[in-house]
Amino acid sequence: MRIPLSWLREFAQVPAEATAEDVMADLVKVGFEEEGVHRPTDELTGPVVVGQVLSLVKEPQTNGKTINWCQVRVVPEGQEQTLTGEGIDPSGVQGIICGAHNFVEGDKVVVTLPGAVLPGNFQISARKTYGHLSAGMIASVRELGIGDDHDGILVLSRIGLDPEIGTDAMELLGLYDQAAEINVTPDRGYAFSIRGVAREYAHATGTLFVDPASKVTAPASLQGGYGIKLNDDAPIYGKPGCDRFVARTVRGVDASRPTPPWMSSRLRLAGVRSISLPVDISNYVMLELGQPNHCYDLDKLSGDIVVRRAVAGEKITTLDDKERTLDVEDLLITDDSGAIGIAGVMGGAHTEVSDSTTNILVEAAHFDEVSIARSRRRHKLPSEASKRFERGVDWHVANIAAQRVVDLLVELAGGTADETGTDVGTAPDAVTIELPADFAAARIGIDFSEEQITTSLVDLGATVEKTASGYLVTAPSWRNDLETKEDLSEEIARLVGYDNIPATLPVAPPGRGLSRSQQQKRRVVQALADAGLTEVLSYPFVTKAANDTFGVAEEGAPRPALKLANPISEEHGYLRTSILPGLIEVVRRNHSRGFRDLAVYEAGSVFLPGDKLGTESIPPLGIKPSDEVLDGLYDGVPHQPLHIAAVLTGHDSPAAATHTPRAWDWADALDIARLMADVLGVELVISQGSHQAFHPGRAAQLALRNGDVVGYAGELHPKLLAAHDMPARSVALEVNVEALFDAAADVIVAKHISGFPVATQDVALVVPQDVPADHVLAALREGAGVLLEDVSLFDVYVGPGIEEGKKSLAFGLRFRADDRTLTADEASEARAAAVAVATERFGAVQR
Amino acid sequence: MTDTLPGAAIPNPLDEAAITAAVEDAIAAIAAASSLEELKAVRLAHTGEKSPLSLANREIGGLAKEHKAAAGKLMGSSRGKVNQALAARTEVLEAENDARILIEETVDVTAGPRRRRAGARHPLSTLQDRVSDIFVGMGWEIAEGPEVESEWFNFDALNFKPDHPAREMQDTFFVEPPEAHLLMRTHTSPVQVRSMLEREVPIYVLCPGKVFRTDELDATHTPVFHQFEGLAIDKNLSMADLRGTLEHFARQMFGDEASIRLRPNYFPFTEPSAELDIWHPGAKGGPRWIEWGGCGMVNPNVLRAAGIDPDIYSGFAFGMGIERTLMFRNEVGDMRDMIEGDVRFSEHFGMEI
Repeated sequence: MRIPLSWLREFAQVPAEATAEDVMADLVKVGFEEEGVHRPTDELTGPVVVGQVLSLVKEPQTNGKTINWCQVRVVPEGQEQTLTGEGIDPSGVQGIICGAHNFVEGDKVVVTLPGAVLPGNFQISARKTYGHLSAGMIASVRELGIGDDHDGILVLSRIGLDPEIGTDAMELLGLYDQAAEINVTPDRGYAFSIRGVAREYAHATGTLFVDPASKVTAPASLQGGYGIKLNDDAPIYGKPGCDRFVARTVRGVDASRPTPPWMSSRLRLAGVRSISLPVDISNYVMLELGQPNHCYDLDKLSGDIVVRRAVAGEKITTLDDKERTLDVEDLLITDDSGAIGIAGVMGGAHTEVSDSTTNILVEAAHFDEVSIARSRRRHKLPSEASKRFERGVDWHVANIAAQRVVDLLVELAGGTADETGTDVGTAPDAVTIELPADFAAARIGIDFSEEQITTSLVDLGATVEKTASGYLVTAPSWRNDLETKEDLSEEIARLVGYDNIPATLPVAPPGRGLSRSQQQKRRVVQALADAGLTEVLSYPFVTKAANDTFGVAEEGAPRPALKLANPISEEHGYLRTSILPGLIEVVRRNHSRGFRDLAVYEAGSVFLPGDKLGTESIPPLGIKPSDEVLDGLYDGVPHQPLHIAAVLTGHDSPAAATHTPRAWDWADALDIARLMADVLGVELVISQGSHQAFHPGRAAQLALRNGDVVGYAGELHPKLLAAHDMPARSVALEVNVEALFDAAADVIVAKHISGFPVATQDVALVVPQDVPADHVLAALREGAGVLLEDVSLFDVYVGPGIEEGKKSLAFGLRFRADDRTLTADEASEARAAAVAVATERFGAVQR
Repeated sequence: MTDTLPGAAIPNPLDEAAITAAVEDAIAAIAAASSLEELKAVRLAHTGEKSPLSLANREIGGLAKEHKAAAGKLMGSSRGKVNQALAARTEVLEAENDARILIEETVDVTAGPRRRRAGARHPLSTLQDRVSDIFVGMGWEIAEGPEVESEWFNFDALNFKPDHPAREMQDTFFVEPPEAHLLMRTHTSPVQVRSMLEREVPIYVLCPGKVFRTDELDATHTPVFHQFEGLAIDKNLSMADLRGTLEHFARQMFGDEASIRLRPNYFPFTEPSAELDIWHPGAKGGPRWIEWGGCGMVNPNVLRAAGIDPDIYSGFAFGMGIERTLMFRNEVGDMRDMIEGDVRFSEHFGMEI
């Protein structure tokens, strides 16, 4: 909402020297955020004066154009030029070249004299052109920054002005005024008006406020006017769509008259474009009183006006000349011809006022917030009217606003108001609220006095009645946001000032610290950084193709994903089922910026919808749903486990004088996965895996001991790397860490540490190529029995001496007993038992 | 060098002068040895099988019985002296040798490679931990919830009326199909509702997490960002408690000079509601007020939705943006730096914030 200060001053005591910034600083105290300043003089400085064209000589030019060489009087005849400066003629008559042709000798115009600066930092000076010294400019509205019209210069008589020559034209056109722009929160519809803001300004500054509504004399009742019927047969939530309709008639207006500059300048500062006098008046009254209203061309109306819901398939052409198909829930203003307006949203084109309109029907009505909000949303028609109706308009101001429109039409457009009028509808019940005496004090923490409470509420416009237990408060009709004792507490605190709230620190009951899974998450995320990886973030919005490739191991296997109804980019319209697509984007961005040795990771949710998706309906607000309904809500929310993924490209470290960095390889990806499991104390079972995003021969499946697959690690598929323009041999992993969290033991049971010596034995086994080393190792472990402390693979050999299709695996076995020193025979026996199982299982032959 | 002195006669083991001379020769040679190699040669020459002292010693066997004791004593002490001298010299030369090797092994440590990558956390993640720790230190607990959420938790339970403009101002991402009433949470407030439903009062929880709005990415907006919201439900909580909590927190984050300011505002889920400004003593360009977030007393309708009796309990809530906090606390000028994943951004912060 933009507030021209001259307008605000009519109803509030704003100091003469106050700027828009000062006004905003006051209003912020009562809850209106500063949005900005609109001040013509920031862009336009004088001298800009009224001049009269004394003579005008048309001079055709060789380029085909004709220019006017004008003598313009800028000081009244007989008076002296008091301005001085280069290019200012002491005679009071300026010679000016003008290219426009919409004026004649004798016209009064706006002259920007040398020294003036126009919007766009356009400096006016005397300059030689077309063979003359042109000392100034005859300005158009566009050049002055007050309109779009640039077809010609501004001839003052055409906007109804005949000022004295030499008058300060900036003053005349309201250009010294300025506006403060504030943000109005959605609960305070009343503040979308000068009336509301002036009241708030008075609250903020403790000064007097004059209600603009009180300056209008409206008849107590209206009768015999235009026929109006309120026929809402389908109220929303039981509230009639229209509960008041005031109609007034003004006849014999001249709709083509110009809007006076005081009005157009305020509208302009308020951000409303000047259209025509009747429309400007309508908008002016809306801005002043907060009551949207509408002017119909009375002669285009046929029959009574009926306010009703639309019928299926009904259509209307709105003021913006668009044909709209209406919904049965839309509330309409209709006459015998059909719809003539979508109530509270936009009027129809057919009954619009034009320059030739002579008789006007003024509408000021009160519509239901919800009905208007839905129509506005449905037709995507945000308007100044709907903005106000959605937030709530004062029911009682409708006839006052209608009167104000009538008065201005009579005064400015020369009409005559009918004595008769129409006012139908029923006032809503006033809202009364019980405010216990100590409630506000307890809720706010300020020990309010009785006087502070009553004064604040009365200042708001409420009536306050003292009761045995506190106060009975009747909210003002313009404050539909005041419904509860909490609302009143806020108002009291707001008017007393939030700065007066003291600070006390409540003591929470003994807490339990971070939960187990929160600690586990921190440990894993930190461990990866400690291991040299860089944490990054990416968006969860991905393409369908990315989900299909990364989110599921087997190509073509179903993996449902969530789709957004209103994504920012249609292409990236899905929620990720894998972190990797986002990480690959991050890697590519870093590559393009010259960083090719990377190890990045991200921890974040993936979205894995199950069979049940959401709920068909949602319970109402303000009451706790039943357990059954709540369970339904919980169950409908898709599974969103925490995943951690990493991508490694290039080398493990920067090259240096004495150091050759190592290229990341598949084993690094496995190591990082193992690290995550290790820091959580979870055993990760690694086996040869298969995932469409990974190299078919270099991928590991990561599983828990119970067989649950928790992720994949290895080299990314070469085709995929090529398609994404990634370096060959880039590796990656992704793990469902939430599954790891759950698998972590609650209590780790200590193991006996034997102090007896170790006995080590090596064994080399020849097995078929396709037998995984891990399986042979498991067989050895199983066969070796309790004496085996550890077994590890230390060599893999293929080559001379080994049969084709076979490989030699060398293992180191460490034996130790808990209670004695092992003899060489005992160790050898255990080794033999280990080999026996490997032989039985895989035909392993000792080398 | 040979292992015997050429032409030297075998000294008589009873000839004390000759033996002493041999010992002195040996000791002089030992002292003159300047390296372990030279010393080895000296040792062979003076204590080896063909050395004068060894040869003389061998002569003892052929002496008359009555001379054997005297000769043995002389030879024993003489050879002992030589061996002692040898041991002492060996120790000195070994020490010299060790020291020389260490000096020879000197490297230019400034030219050394950095083999280990320095990892880094994302500062938003580090900051989130820092904020959480402050509240955990106050006895609060950390609550989390899903990012795709039921519309009820995100709006209705928080007293957003179905047709109220405040609901639309949240710029919500909806999930298909719309009839399922699922959306991407627009704030972490649904976690507050879940906390109230799942925990026993009194409740003191902080809910940090990712939230979503349909804003295009630019220098100050991003469709995905992070918040932390606090919720306290207890008997007799007032706005003064809210202010005290926020002030305490602000001082932990920005130093003892920090303070906060409340301005009236509107949120459907709080009444009264306030905008929260922080006096940031270390702000770039000098100390000033900075808009930090929103807060207020929990609206009774929100308590009712969670089955908490608003006549017995009251509560306060607050919420701030983590990105915004990082922007003014750590002077991050462009929102895009936080989400593009340029490794330089995270690496600059390392593990700290």
